[in-house]
Amino acid sequence: MTTKSQALLNWIDERFPLTSNWKAHLSEYYAPKNFNFWYFFGSLALLVLVIQIVTGIFLVMHYKPDASLNAAGVPVAFASVEYIMRDVPGGWLIRYMHSTGASAFFIVVYLHMFRGLLYGSYRKPRELIWIFGTLIFLVLMAEAFMGYLLPWGQMSFWGAQVIVNLFSAIPLVGPDLSLVIRGDYVVSDATLNRFFSFHVIAVPLVLIGLVVAHILALHEVGSNNPDGVEIKKKKDENGIPLDGIPFHPYYSVKDIVGVVGFLFFFSAVVFFAPEGGGYFLEFNNFIPADPLKTPPHIAPVWYFTPFYSILRAVTYPLFGLDAKFWGVVAMGASVVIIAFLPWLDRSPVKSIRYKGPIFKGAVAIFLVCFFILGYLGVLPPTAGRTLVSQICSVLYFAFFLLMPWYSKLDKCKPEPERVTFK
Amino acid sequence: MNSRVIKLIKRAAAVLLLAPALAFAAGAELHLDKAPVSKDPAALQHGAKLFVNYCLNCHGASYVRYNRLQDIGLSEQMIRDNLMFTGDKVGDLMKISMHREDGKAWFGAAPPDLSLIARSRASEFGSGADWLYTYLRQFYRDPARPTGWNNVVFENVGMPHALWELQGEQVAKIAEGEHGKKVELSLAKPGKLSPEEFDKSVADLVSFLVWMGEPVAEKRKAIGGVVLIFLAGLFVLSYALKKNYWKDVH
Repeated sequence: MTTKSQALLNWIDERFPLTSNWKAHLSEYYAPKNFNFWYFFGSLALLVLVIQIVTGIFLVMHYKPDASLNAAGVPVAFASVEYIMRDVPGGWLIRYMHSTGASAFFIVVYLHMFRGLLYGSYRKPRELIWIFGTLIFLVLMAEAFMGYLLPWGQMSFWGAQVIVNLFSAIPLVGPDLSLVIRGDYVVSDATLNRFFSFHVIAVPLVLIGLVVAHILALHEVGSNNPDGVEIKKKKDENGIPLDGIPFHPYYSVKDIVGVVGFLFFFSAVVFFAPEGGGYFLEFNNFIPADPLKTPPHIAPVWYFTPFYSILRAVTYPLFGLDAKFWGVVAMGASVVIIAFLPWLDRSPVKSIRYKGPIFKGAVAIFLVCFFILGYLGVLPPTAGRTLVSQICSVLYFAFFLLMPWYSKLDKCKPEPERVTFK
Repeated sequence: MNSRVIKLIKRAAAVLLLAPALAFAAGAELHLDKAPVSKDPAALQHGAKLFVNYCLNCHGASYVRYNRLQDIGLSEQMIRDNLMFTGDKVGDLMKISMHREDGKAWFGAAPPDLSLIARSRASEFGSGADWLYTYLRQFYRDPARPTGWNNVVFENVGMPHALWELQGEQVAKIAEGEHGKKVELSLAKPGKLSPEEFDKSVADLVSFLVWMGEPVAEKRKAIGGVVLIFLAGLFVLSYALKKNYWKDVH
């Protein structure tokens, strides 16, 4: 480095911890060298977050959260989205990136979470990382849900109507609570405006804060790895983990490969199948919201469907309370229970590589149930489907609630001393 | 103990895998003809002409500007001379003067804006184009309806058969089968066009509606091809960079 730029750096370092932070989080943050494919999805989630924020900023320049009808009888909000799609230069690309980004966010986050499940990344001392992560997932769901109202199509409107109505099932406070959320007795302009405010300001702020906390907590304790063994246990004479390599440049160049690979698939959807077969952009949402015309079948977007299925699976009233209320409780619990994984898993080993057949079988059943629930959530209910979703819901919860026993019972293989690396 | 648990898990997994097949027996089916959607400018221009002559009086296309039709090979002058009958400017949106309240009073429902109709009519039974292609060809005479027309795809539709002078008049033979109603159409009174010509005209109109649903679609795919090629190249380079950096990791 030239003396002049070194002088500038010194000047900054005396006033701001630039070099020390660079070292702590990048050039001297030692990550295990044996990360595999599954470890791409953390940085990719960050990438999608940035895509959503940047495209979102440009969308807000032309989008109008206004439910009133224009001269042609179309809600202004809906028309403004079509204006972006047709008249704003490059608007279609920004909008498709944002709508595809929503689905991509969930795909990436689901894979990121599943990685944690596979390799026991939630285990001590990473409980707080996991809790922050669960909160991020929860906040992300709120963000996606509110964002979905904004195009003001039929599915936007009726999806919001159905979901906000769920809150009214809560005893005592429910009806008032749903009134506060909507700002009206039905989903209306007031709802659209407050959802817009939450979607573009409040929730993203919380999301970014949680992401920072998630990463700070990670960098405090260090990353887990596919073997689930702590690299900090074996250090060299300088105190550097023997199996650790600096995040920068090793993982920065590796993550670039992941980013480019991801962008390839992302672009394939954006440019060739932006509707995602009706799953990323629902066909019904190309019809402007009509409060007087209920669609025959209201399906949430795909990323909510596993939890929506759990909600619908509860069909029995209990303790004098509506089945709907218990459905809401079950749906809430199905997300919140994920946060308790660190204390539910009692296995002596972290990684699935060394866990026994019971845990592996349980994960397999859990995965199958999750997919079936997701699939059923898209379809209108029938007696048969409800039964299947009930079985899957029970198994979903059993995976978590029985884990303290079956994870202990399982016959595990011994963990290696050092990470395996070819 | 362990083997029994595994057996149980295996059995549970088998049940889970079979369950969907039992649960997902199909409901009512909608049989749609595959629409021969064309991207040929001549077909799209013919479709545009049919659209402004037969649709754009009751239906608007209020997100589409007249001069966007330059994308299908028309000049502004051609658009003004052949497709604009009112005092609109060529940069105006394709709006109509009929009030929605009137439309609702006359047809039972205000005629929907058609800008996005080809995208919104897609379903598990077929694309939006398939739906429109089938719908527009399956009107039949029904004296029980206020307009005198009914439709196989959209039962008791409020819209009369706008293209009747081209197609002629069809009548229906309705049979109640075990799989619901079965409707057979036959041409009772021929129109200006032969059935083949009429199908071709509807195909052109549907092609235009598909184009109008997303005018940027073709450009989007063209750009997409370049983007994917660029990313594929970048992938090779980034992978080589990674390989080079990781040489010294053992």
